[in-house]
Amino acid sequence: MASKVVNDFSIIVGTVNGSGSSTANNTILRALFKMGIPVSGKNLFPSNIQGLPTWYTIRISKDGFTARRDEQEIVVAMNPASFARDLASVVPGGAFFYADDIKQPITRADIAAYPMPVKQIVKSDPNVPSDYRDLVGNMVYVGVLATMLGISLDAIQAALNFHFKGKQKPIDMNFNTVKAAAEWAKANLEKKDPFHVEAMNKTEGMIMADGNTAAAIGSIFGGIQFAAWYPITPASSLAESLNEYLPELRKREDGKHTYAVVQAEDELAAIGMAIGAGWSGLRSMTSTSGPGLSLMTEFAGLAYYTEVPIVVWDVQRIGPSTGLPTRTSQGDLTFVNFMGHGDTQQIILLPGNVNECFEFGWRAFDVAEHMQTPVFVLSDLDMGMNQWMSRPFEYPKTPMDRGKVIWEQDLEELKGNWGRYLDKDGDGVPYRTVPGNKSPLSAYFTRGTGHDEYAKYSEEAPVWHRNMERLKKKYNTARAYVPKPVLHPMKGATVGIIGFGSTEAAILEAQHQLAAEHNIKADFLRVRAVPFTKEIEAFIKQYDEVFVVEMDRDGQLNQLLTIEYPEHAMRFKSVAFGDGMPASARWVREGILAKFETVKPSAAKKAAKTAAAARPALNKAEASRKEAKLKKTATKTKPAGKTSKGKKQEANRSR
Amino acid sequence: MATTLPMAGTTAQVNLAGLAKNDYRGAPTTLCQGCGHNSIANQIISALFEMNVVPENVVKFSGIGCSSKSPTYFLNRSFGFNGLHGRMPSVATGALFGDQFLKGIGVSGDGDSASIGMGQFKHIVRRNVNMVYIIENNGVYGLTKGQFSATAEVGLKLKKQGTNEYMPVDICMEALASNATFVARSFAGNPKQVKELLKAALSHNGLAVLDIVSPCVTFNNQDTAFHSYTWGKDHEEPLHNITYVAPRNEIILEEEMKEGEVREVTMHDGSVVILKNLDKDYNPTSRFEALRVMEEAERNGWLVTGLLYVDTSKPSLTEMYNLVDAPLNRLGDADLRPAPDMMDKVNALMF
Repeated sequence: MASKVVNDFSIIVGTVNGSGSSTANNTILRALFKMGIPVSGKNLFPSNIQGLPTWYTIRISKDGFTARRDEQEIVVAMNPASFARDLASVVPGGAFFYADDIKQPITRADIAAYPMPVKQIVKSDPNVPSDYRDLVGNMVYVGVLATMLGISLDAIQAALNFHFKGKQKPIDMNFNTVKAAAEWAKANLEKKDPFHVEAMNKTEGMIMADGNTAAAIGSIFGGIQFAAWYPITPASSLAESLNEYLPELRKREDGKHTYAVVQAEDELAAIGMAIGAGWSGLRSMTSTSGPGLSLMTEFAGLAYYTEVPIVVWDVQRIGPSTGLPTRTSQGDLTFVNFMGHGDTQQIILLPGNVNECFEFGWRAFDVAEHMQTPVFVLSDLDMGMNQWMSRPFEYPKTPMDRGKVIWEQDLEELKGNWGRYLDKDGDGVPYRTVPGNKSPLSAYFTRGTGHDEYAKYSEEAPVWHRNMERLKKKYNTARAYVPKPVLHPMKGATVGIIGFGSTEAAILEAQHQLAAEHNIKADFLRVRAVPFTKEIEAFIKQYDEVFVVEMDRDGQLNQLLTIEYPEHAMRFKSVAFGDGMPASARWVREGILAKFETVKPSAAKKAAKTAAAARPALNKAEASRKEAKLKKTATKTKPAGKTSKGKKQEANRSR
Repeated sequence: MATTLPMAGTTAQVNLAGLAKNDYRGAPTTLCQGCGHNSIANQIISALFEMNVVPENVVKFSGIGCSSKSPTYFLNRSFGFNGLHGRMPSVATGALFGDQFLKGIGVSGDGDSASIGMGQFKHIVRRNVNMVYIIENNGVYGLTKGQFSATAEVGLKLKKQGTNEYMPVDICMEALASNATFVARSFAGNPKQVKELLKAALSHNGLAVLDIVSPCVTFNNQDTAFHSYTWGKDHEEPLHNITYVAPRNEIILEEEMKEGEVREVTMHDGSVVILKNLDKDYNPTSRFEALRVMEEAERNGWLVTGLLYVDTSKPSLTEMYNLVDAPLNRLGDADLRPAPDMMDKVNALMF
């Protein structure tokens, strides 16, 4: 047997969709988390309710890397239909656990194979009713893995206790099966693989959550008052979480509600209702995914032009069209950026992890109401529906920013000197009143047609032009108000990586691998909003090569960066790939290596020096611009072709 | 009570809200001369003035089309939202959550509600949103210069369009099928009835559908067309003479009306709608009767008008949501953001 591997491998469980395996999978995940081991869990499921094969992967990483891995050391096969494929997917030297009622040959000698008498163990417990046997049967692999990998039974019990919210009967029924299976494995299986888990203390103070739940709770702490939605994978659980948590978190003594959640007849109506509510002064939102977003387009343009604050959560799945409804993507970025006909520019927030799903949950309302415009928050299926370790959610440090809303007394003080679209402050953001204001001076007529500063209908060319220029000014004002990017520096970096959203985990791991295995040192900047803030340009200017990493076919972030910074376009190297699977460090690494143009050693040294000097000046755009200029003259990349080093890297990649 | 006074030098009467009729007016109309929609706008002004409604307590909505322009022609002092084609219902549904004490008045058309917006129309009906939903129905697209709408009758001939071969949509039937709680039909050429039905609709707690045949004088006013003044005048069959009585004037009722000849419907606010029977003994609280009468009218080629159906027992949308006593849009951090200690409780749940 190979030397012991502790807390650094992946498990994949293949089951039949709808067989109730999620309880078992979550139990393993939570138990490992409870043992203090960094973990992540991903459900790779079909667009189906019952019958098709489905997989659940668990990444165990003592170093805290939580991205999906392509390699699986431990494979659990519970589904005859995917048995052969599952068997083939085990890495050499890995372990294969399978339900022994699946009568298919074990064709590999390079792995450890362990049969599990699932039916026999479940049947032997008289307390499991016959119609529960299939469900509870999944607990057999939990118990067997507990023994064979060393998962603590106490941690498993705690996980079950959490899952069943303390209800003793299901806890006992499931835990007895786990124990029986663990006992059976102890007596009957001989350990032939090197994989073990051992308790650590690396999850202390951390929480475990999915992005949709985090977004819903964040919205509640953001004072959400209205949500309208239409069911769609993978966004449904966001609105459902609102329904789950609102009654508890916004409970009042009088039992009355300060919010309303409406399930609309379609996405057109969902965003229409949200716009109505936002217009009338409520913190209003909707949540959807690609196809729903397409339907919302006309309304998105209306809200942009009439300046109605709403928040739209787009939990992205892969498209175009119906696409793969249960697979992840970042492919809605450019669509949302321009969403609406005519000259439309939407504000986009890009959370990169579960903690930010919470934060942007509340912050999106602040941005929308402050800027009086729709704010789109782009999450994705991987972030939204899968379980991630996270720092605990932090209570908002600032009070709610309701923006420039004026009421009766304000109007009295203004003595009528007010126009709905009048730019009094020079920032492009006008003042607004909302229905229910009792002042006879408060009302105005909102329209998607041309309007002047006083919301009066106008077809005058200068009026139209003036209004559109003000909207542009407002968009530029937003640059200072949206979240700034997050920098993950690497000492001695000579190249940059730009990414956004859920690829953060994979890019961080790739950044580490590139440095350790390929001696490529890269600073990683994670963009968190569109319009781009000034820190982004300052970052780009530091490197001749900036790899723009994203999960889509066309390199959409790369497109937006190129439009925004045409003078830096030659620096961008698009690393874009979309197949529906969550990002892995491998594809990030290989994508970067494929595009990497080796810098001459002497130039690289100089570049590192300049980059290091330029980094502290990240916030001083002017200073860094000068430094970047200096650097540009100092470093010259080879225009095309690969050096011998580059070839070596290519060879490594195909290994 | 509001204390706004009429402008100096005018002799305008003020109502119980202290407002003159001018306070209910809007911008001058830009629709064609003789358009039925203008007559309806005038009746909206009169109804609200006579009912002493404060304009700030009303919100106007519309979609796209000639009809949808008309909210600018009444109630300058009310907020209004002229949204997208066929999507007035969703905007109104959300907007009326902002302050649940406001009344909505929506003006749509047959293109806006029976074609592109049919889905939203039927869903706002079943949600019973607290608003008057007027469909100015002329069987034609006016703003795009005279195409058939979904309510155009079979055989209607229009210049450039030829002959309509499709069966029409009956808006009142659609409303009833969607469990509307108030359905009425009227004719812009019968302004008194329009006004009384508007008053009844404004007193209704929930969604009141008012399908008003409103001839298009430019594109569809041939004497033989269903949506024309001449045809309407010749074929109108009112179900009853309708009188709206505000809550305080109940005494007049007993004097004027004899039992057996009239039906009274008491509205949510205590006002009474008196329906004086004509030749038919019509009960507007029966859905079955409403459907029968409409079917009968269809077969006989009548334009049956009046209050077809009313159910005052159903809650309106915002009532279903058990909202706080204050308007939602007046709430601040204290009511909307959970207390800091809730953060720890939430984090404890995330495992």
